[in-house]
Amino acid sequence: MDVLAYLIPISLFLGAIGLAGFFWTLRHRQYEDPDGDAQRILSDEWDEHPKP
Amino acid sequence: MPGVSTPGFSACPACAVAPAAEDLAQRAEQTAAAGAAGRLMLSLPTAHCATCMSTVERGLRAVPGVRDARVNLTLKRVAVEAAPGVDAAQLIEVLAGLGYEAHELDPGVLSATEADRQGRDLLMRLGVAGFAMMNVMLLSVAVWSGAEAETRDLFHWISALIALPTVAFAGQPFFRSALAALKARRLGMDVPISLAILLAAGLSLFETIEGGRHAYFDAAVSLTFFLLAGRYLDHRTRAVARSAAQELAALEVPRALRLRDGQEAEVPIAELRVGDLIRLRPGGRAPADGVVTEGASELDRSLLTGESLPSQAAPGTHVSAGEVNLTGPLILRVTAAGRDSALYRMADLVAVAESAKNKYTSLADRAARIYAPGVHLLSLVAFLGWLWISGDLRLAVNIAVAVLIITCPCALGLAVPAVVTAASGRLFRKGLLIKDGTALERLAEVDAVVFDKTGTLTLGTPEPMNLGDHPTADLQLAAALAQGSSHPLARALAQRVAARGLTPVAVTDLREVPGYGVEGRWQGRRVRLGRAEWLQASPEAATATYLDTGAGTPRAFTFTDRLRPGAEAAVRGLAAQGKAVHLISGDSPAAVRAMAERLGIARWQAGALPADKAARLAEMAAEGHKVLMVGDGLNDTAALAAAHVSVSPASALDAARVASDIVLLGTDLAPLAEAAHLSRRAVRRIKENFAISAAYNLIAVPIALMGLATPLAAALAMSASSITVSLNALRLR
Repeated sequence: MDVLAYLIPISLFLGAIGLAGFFWTLRHRQYEDPDGDAQRILSDEWDEHPKP
Repeated sequence: MPGVSTPGFSACPACAVAPAAEDLAQRAEQTAAAGAAGRLMLSLPTAHCATCMSTVERGLRAVPGVRDARVNLTLKRVAVEAAPGVDAAQLIEVLAGLGYEAHELDPGVLSATEADRQGRDLLMRLGVAGFAMMNVMLLSVAVWSGAEAETRDLFHWISALIALPTVAFAGQPFFRSALAALKARRLGMDVPISLAILLAAGLSLFETIEGGRHAYFDAAVSLTFFLLAGRYLDHRTRAVARSAAQELAALEVPRALRLRDGQEAEVPIAELRVGDLIRLRPGGRAPADGVVTEGASELDRSLLTGESLPSQAAPGTHVSAGEVNLTGPLILRVTAAGRDSALYRMADLVAVAESAKNKYTSLADRAARIYAPGVHLLSLVAFLGWLWISGDLRLAVNIAVAVLIITCPCALGLAVPAVVTAASGRLFRKGLLIKDGTALERLAEVDAVVFDKTGTLTLGTPEPMNLGDHPTADLQLAAALAQGSSHPLARALAQRVAARGLTPVAVTDLREVPGYGVEGRWQGRRVRLGRAEWLQASPEAATATYLDTGAGTPRAFTFTDRLRPGAEAAVRGLAAQGKAVHLISGDSPAAVRAMAERLGIARWQAGALPADKAARLAEMAAEGHKVLMVGDGLNDTAALAAAHVSVSPASALDAARVASDIVLLGTDLAPLAEAAHLSRRAVRRIKENFAISAAYNLIAVPIALMGLATPLAAALAMSASSITVSLNALRLR
């Protein structure tokens, strides 16, 4: 059962990365227009860069 | 739950009306500031697809001065970054050309970002709770599947390490509102919720320290998670509704042109005093009550009185704040400004109607009222009972907490928000904005519908009736003269003639005679278009304007008010659902009767004053009817506030929109019938959800009372009921 000593911290760490990612998306306002984002993927207009 | 999280505005429309009117001037300054920054917001009720988005964005970016445009489909609006010179009216016209209806939103979006911050805050807590729930659940599964002694203790300790900070952070919204409820000596849904979360966490910590078998960390965290999910849905629905409904740009004029010592100066309305002279330009709305001292014109009083016909104004005529000057410039001597003006008196009427209105208790509140004391009583009984039977305090506390956790209103907390989110999402896609969370429930109870006429069933724009009766040459001449005026009848006439593909003839010396009509010279003759008495024509019974070609008798062009699209469908649909449809208008009997007959409405009343409308609604309420009021004008505002539930179109006056529970974003009235139908289904779903969560409790509570509940059983009951309830709500979509 010694393996638990590694596995539990690892799983918690991976989870925390996910949580940090969620915070990042939240702070960058990625949940403001879920309907629009779902539709925008169908648009044939695209650009190489995000707007300056 | 709802009582605590409701941010005042929807609970009492009247409270919102008065301040809304008060800080008009302030708001105008904000608007001006935001306008200077070049940020414009437009509501786009009809946008619905990827093509709409790219068409709108491309179309707007092509407008000179526009730097960027981005559509938000969820909120159905577009944000435009533009140079200071670009104004909303110009963009609305561009969008109309592309086939999209648009309304200006108040760009002082401070309130919207505020609400948005709250939403992000909830979402962050939800994320933390979700993360903790997954990890604690994993550890708990190991314990449930037979981890013993030290391993179990270790897992419990790790769970505690994750769960306790999570509960402390993510549970704050519940703790705060529970505290507020207790301070107000009420027992809302948040009190049992907070108690269950805190007791579950506390007891588990104690058991962990003691090396006990059962810890409820997973329950504490998943409770927080599910309830936060419900709370977030609730917030989202309300935030979407609030942003658009509140920010539709105000129609009232925030500023006035004051004349003093021959000097003209623009001043905020608040600075107007009785006796001041103000200039009212054609097309402008009167900022205060006054008497005409100079000039002749016509006034559109429809928003205040519901009259569809413009009335004549000459020196001595009384003008009320909110009326629109149509043709010539007027000078008014202010007789009442600010609080004393007709506009404010109307707002007072709303306050009276509102205070007379019974406060509606939402289904969720009613459920909480039975539920909260029941839960506390049940755990107390479990605690005392087991203490008496076994004499073991720890066992008794354990069982009492298990009862509290199992009965905890996870499903109940989701039952209403999940359904309301699904239903209002569907209605929003149809162009209906639910402003108040309980509006759907109230709409479901409605058995009578009262419509206003001008501006509600009709668009408030006239439509020529008898163009076919006139020779082409007369039409071309009439159109040429009509172009010289911004009077609604003239504009409609010019537009409809142009729509027939006829080009106006060239008329020289075109001149508007304010209050009477337009005159000019054509082929050496004096030609005129205007009022009957001016042309010495015999007046028709219907709304009409007259053309004098300089030869023969004047010809009459008759008009009717254009029906709002979907009006017929809405009336028919509501009648088919067994609701009594009424038409109450301030307009003349002839016009109202014609409209009632056209739509098949048997019950109608004409010439109703604002107070009459409100009184009639109170009368109907006293007869036991639940009335839906649909109206748009200031004259409807009191009635809107007095009604059981109320709807106003987006084009309605600010005060009317604030007083109503539901706003129609599009021009189309047809979704109204569907909304009534959908609301009934939504309420059925809410009740089903209550039944589902009650059924789970019926099974789980006896088990918990017998002391047989394990953390596993609690987790199963909680998750299963929450998911069932959410899925049931989704059937509405």
